[in-house]
Amino acid sequence: MPNAVEIHWAWLIPALPALGAFANATIGKKLQDRLGKGAVHGIAVGAMVLSTAVAWAYFAVMLGTPAEDRYLHQTLWPAFAAGSLRVDLAFALDPLSMMMTLVVTNIATLIHVYSIGYMAEEPSYWRFFSYMNLFVFSMLLLVMGSNFVILFFGWEGVGLCSYLLISFWYTDLDKARAGMKAFVVNRFGDFAFIIGLFALMWGLGGSWTGQKSGGLSLRDGYAASAVYAPLHDGATAAEAEAMTPREHGIAVGPTLDFRELRAEILAPETGILTHLKTTTIFGLPLVAFVCILLFGGATGKSAQIPLYVWLPDAMAGPTPVSALIHAATMVTAGVYMVARLNFLFALSPAAMTVVAAVGTLTAIFAAAIGFFQVDIKKVLAYSTVSQLGYMFMGVGVGATWAGCYHLLTHAFFKACLFLGSGSVILACHHEQDMRKMGGLKDHTPITRWTYAVATLAISGFPVAAGFFSKDEILWKTFTTENLAAPWIGPVLWFVGLVAAAGTSFYMWRSYYLTFWSGSYRGGSGHGEHAHGGEEGMHEAHAPRESPVVMTGVLLALAAGAVLASVLGLPSAWGFTPILESFLEPVTSASRDLLHFSEPGRGLELFFMLVSVGVATAGWLVAAWLYKTGENPRPAAWLAKYAGLHRVVFNKFYVDEIYAATILRAAMWVKDVAFWFDVHVIDGLVNFVGVVVRFVANVDGAIDRYVVDGLVNLTAEAVLASGRGLRKLQTGRIENYLMTALAGALAFVAINYLVH
Amino acid sequence: MPHLLTYAIFAPLAGSAAIVLLVLLRPLLRLPKEQVDSASRLFALVSSGLSFALTLLLWAQFDGARTGPQFVDHAVWIRGFNIEYFVGADGISIAMIILSGLISFIATIASMPWWVHDDPQHPHFSKRMVPGYLALLLLLQGAMLGVFCALDFFLFYVFWELMLLPMYFLIGIWGGPRKEYAAIKFFLYTLAGSVLMLLAVIGLYYGSRSIPGVPLALADGTPVQHTFNMLALAQLGQRGLFQTLTSLFGYRFDRVVWLALFIGFAIKIPMFPFHTWLPDAHVEAPTPISVILAGVLLKMGGYGILRVNFGILPEATRFFADMIAVFGTINIVYGAFVCLAQKDLKKLIAYSSVSHMGFVLLGMAAFTPQALSGAMLQMWTHGIVSAMLFLIVGVLYDRAHHREIEGFGGLAARVPEYTALMGLAFFASMGLPGLCGFVSEFMVFYGTFAVYQTLVIVSASAVIITASYYLWTIQRMFLGKLNEKYRDLADVNWRERLTLYPLGALSIFFGFYPQAVLDLVNGSLQQMSHVLRGAF
Repeated sequence: MPNAVEIHWAWLIPALPALGAFANATIGKKLQDRLGKGAVHGIAVGAMVLSTAVAWAYFAVMLGTPAEDRYLHQTLWPAFAAGSLRVDLAFALDPLSMMMTLVVTNIATLIHVYSIGYMAEEPSYWRFFSYMNLFVFSMLLLVMGSNFVILFFGWEGVGLCSYLLISFWYTDLDKARAGMKAFVVNRFGDFAFIIGLFALMWGLGGSWTGQKSGGLSLRDGYAASAVYAPLHDGATAAEAEAMTPREHGIAVGPTLDFRELRAEILAPETGILTHLKTTTIFGLPLVAFVCILLFGGATGKSAQIPLYVWLPDAMAGPTPVSALIHAATMVTAGVYMVARLNFLFALSPAAMTVVAAVGTLTAIFAAAIGFFQVDIKKVLAYSTVSQLGYMFMGVGVGATWAGCYHLLTHAFFKACLFLGSGSVILACHHEQDMRKMGGLKDHTPITRWTYAVATLAISGFPVAAGFFSKDEILWKTFTTENLAAPWIGPVLWFVGLVAAAGTSFYMWRSYYLTFWSGSYRGGSGHGEHAHGGEEGMHEAHAPRESPVVMTGVLLALAAGAVLASVLGLPSAWGFTPILESFLEPVTSASRDLLHFSEPGRGLELFFMLVSVGVATAGWLVAAWLYKTGENPRPAAWLAKYAGLHRVVFNKFYVDEIYAATILRAAMWVKDVAFWFDVHVIDGLVNFVGVVVRFVANVDGAIDRYVVDGLVNLTAEAVLASGRGLRKLQTGRIENYLMTALAGALAFVAINYLVH
Repeated sequence: MPHLLTYAIFAPLAGSAAIVLLVLLRPLLRLPKEQVDSASRLFALVSSGLSFALTLLLWAQFDGARTGPQFVDHAVWIRGFNIEYFVGADGISIAMIILSGLISFIATIASMPWWVHDDPQHPHFSKRMVPGYLALLLLLQGAMLGVFCALDFFLFYVFWELMLLPMYFLIGIWGGPRKEYAAIKFFLYTLAGSVLMLLAVIGLYYGSRSIPGVPLALADGTPVQHTFNMLALAQLGQRGLFQTLTSLFGYRFDRVVWLALFIGFAIKIPMFPFHTWLPDAHVEAPTPISVILAGVLLKMGGYGILRVNFGILPEATRFFADMIAVFGTINIVYGAFVCLAQKDLKKLIAYSSVSHMGFVLLGMAAFTPQALSGAMLQMWTHGIVSAMLFLIVGVLYDRAHHREIEGFGGLAARVPEYTALMGLAFFASMGLPGLCGFVSEFMVFYGTFAVYQTLVIVSASAVIITASYYLWTIQRMFLGKLNEKYRDLADVNWRERLTLYPLGALSIFFGFYPQAVLDLVNGSLQQMSHVLRGAF
């Protein structure tokens, strides 16, 4: 294995936001009451800025390290160990983690700053910032964790924060329900994820396999484990570590550490690769089983079919939350996980196909729903689902770096779009319905221009980063040879292209409906702030631009959305994508396993033209239909295809289908289980109780006159003050003595039996 | 410090005796009732606190790398029956001893009437018949520690029975409206379990004899024919002695004895279908008693199975392992579904204990070091979290005098601190990583998957159901519009903080550093894993 660089202050990156969260959770309310809101966001933003600074510092350290040694590592303490299992609380920054850490810290800092303006009227300001910091802490655990467990700490932590922040305005029961839905739906994914993880660990073999039925047998040609399996019994963790066999310096066996896992799978000498490929579980190939289940976890966190249903509802949270958690960072966790495990997914074309196909399907499905949404945040939510689909397309076809690049560019332009929508919502007095907006380009110029830039990015025009990342994904999808069948790639490419046209259309539609289409149509509504009553009530007045803390952030993000192009200028134009070479130490793990056809540069350039063409088409159609606000066709078409519209607008009734099947089944099972508990089990118990009472009374009647005096004496001594004892004196204590009597009889009986 | 365990066991017993003495002397000294009450409380706090401090000292001095018993006190008690006073702590018991000390002390604090709001309509249990209550509570504490420390089977049985008696009265006298039903139910189950266990104890005693390599002798070296010494019995069992004995009722001796013991312990866990005493007992018991019940008493089942069934009868254990795993899975999933159906908050928590204790069964059945350590850790974390949960329920019950989940609503706006504590406990209980429930469940699953893949998959579905019932409860009780009835509900007071904050802090601490406990138990449990898997 290449060298690792031990570092000592990486813990500060997550710890600072954790400290901020703790401070605001404990004394935040007092600070806010006594010193004002400045103290609260001073802590929260301060923690973020410092954390970001540390992250950049380690980025500098990384750049100063030779590419093959870019693995900065820190172990804090051993979290738990038993037998051969050993899990450390440890952080690792390799290029992928570094990229994610920088994205998370920087975007989060910007969104924290934005929130100062957006949440200014919020009474529970301290609570908001406490949750936000807690989220960043969890997200950083997720991306920095050096093993599955720390990743899962973060994975669940961000889920918790998502829950807390979606139901931030909890007095509104609908918002509270949305939070719960997000958490529970994610738990379905987590369920799949942990099963996949355990199956993987089982598949890697280890000291405990082969011990009972169902496990691997040591005779299964798993040479490495045969060497050390007997040694592990009864060994302490440290001894086990010392005894772990090393083939060419590589530890063999189940490990939760990403780097060790990668090393043992990649080195053919360990025999793990052959072993994994030939092992089956429940009759299925192990690697496919594991990868599809792990991806199942990703479909929850990253809102893919079939578990995407929580994300649109998650828009109930404050808009900065939607931008940070439900667009830029948390929802990309699944993509990160698949990218992190690229060497594992690459082993199974079936799993790769599932990932890519689900991603593509989600991309077009969500785009279709996005067509008809009228809530600006809902449009962006479906667009996020759709864009995440593209990322999975990327990592699914084997273009790990392209998927990650899209993750990065998406973080900028989608955060910009969401925050822009927040700015619009604030300007329109908490109105989220685009039909009640319009004409805002004159009222909110900065928001409008940044929104336009971000829309250019997302719809794929070669002036902003979104084009380069999306196009790289599409190209790799067309040329991939890593799926189950060769025709799948081009088909997915075509679907992806159609979805791109759709994306361009519905995004420009949202742009025109909001900022153009005649003049401002709104009055004073309150969509988001339906909580308090006093706040959120404004006099009806013209929309106005948001304060500088908000527009400044918008400008920064828009700039990022353009400048991120630098990281991935395509090789077809003669560049070497910077990000691709930066991520090379991570993606190299699957380099030899993944293959792409090379139809030539001409075709690639042509496809770029096609991409731009469909994006332009989408834009033009949107402009034609919505720019003036006077084109009657949208309304006419809606009337004509009302049925279709209703189905799509109601998200194909997926929520309703889930409610009628899974939810109802669960409710039925719970009722049956409880009925069984009360009527069958307790019925039996009560019956026995009646019988025993009867016997006890008969015996007790005989017994009472003999022992009662003694009982009273003893009991009174213990419970002299216990006047209530009298209630218990009839028929209960005698029972107890009966036990003793029965015991004595049994003693004699057994004595007799044994001798 | 010699005799550490003995001091820890007898400190609460001495406190109990002191209270009884005080009550007996009261007519002589002409003490007013209030003074007797206060003095009893002082005795209780001091003796319980002392016992807890001693268990902490144990923690500091315990050597986790050693597998044999430490802090041993060993002397002949009743020579005629070869009964000894034999206490000691090893990796199987040490965690439970410390847990017992901690939870007992917390329960004692929770029994104080500090900051209790006087309400003539709903007299608080902490002000009724105080000396009697505290004497019984201390008796219970001493007996519980005794059960975990005893290495003589007869002594174990004595402590076991000694523990049940005060529990019965504490529920039956200081309990809620249906206390008599709950107490008799508790008693019935207990009766069945105790009788079975007694028979098994006697059976093992008469089955034991000296074999080459395992000479039987008392503490003073007198050779004996039979023994109650659990370590000696374990050695005999591991050498296969009990497999060879005359069969009982046509079944192998060791399997019959194993089943008798197992049912006795399974009732305590409580294992499906022997679990229905638990919800009733919990619902009627006063808060500190629920805390002890969930925090410590249930663990005696798991501990007993490990110590006795697994330790003494490994062959029969292997025979029955699949059954344990299946029942563990039923506990986990069935318990979780029943939780979903609950309307009473305390009942919900009680059933969640059924679900969570299922992990203990499942983990033990797998025999792997990870799963065994996970099962032990699960007992530890469940002890902390369930204690916290029951305290939290008590807070609300003290104020609202009911526990109907639907009867609240929107409380978060009124009692934020309480809501936060409840949230912490709920998330810890549902196994959120970073809080203490996660690692133990993870280890159980990890270690069990190698052996029972299907059962792990079925059990793991509980992560969804558990999240559902807790979040649904939070939603119904705390979110939405504030129920106007609870406009003036008071947030947690200092007595409650005194118990809740330490437990909350521990649940976070052990979420990130469970190794602190695993260091104590791993050595012995790996040894046990080795023994259990020996025949394969």
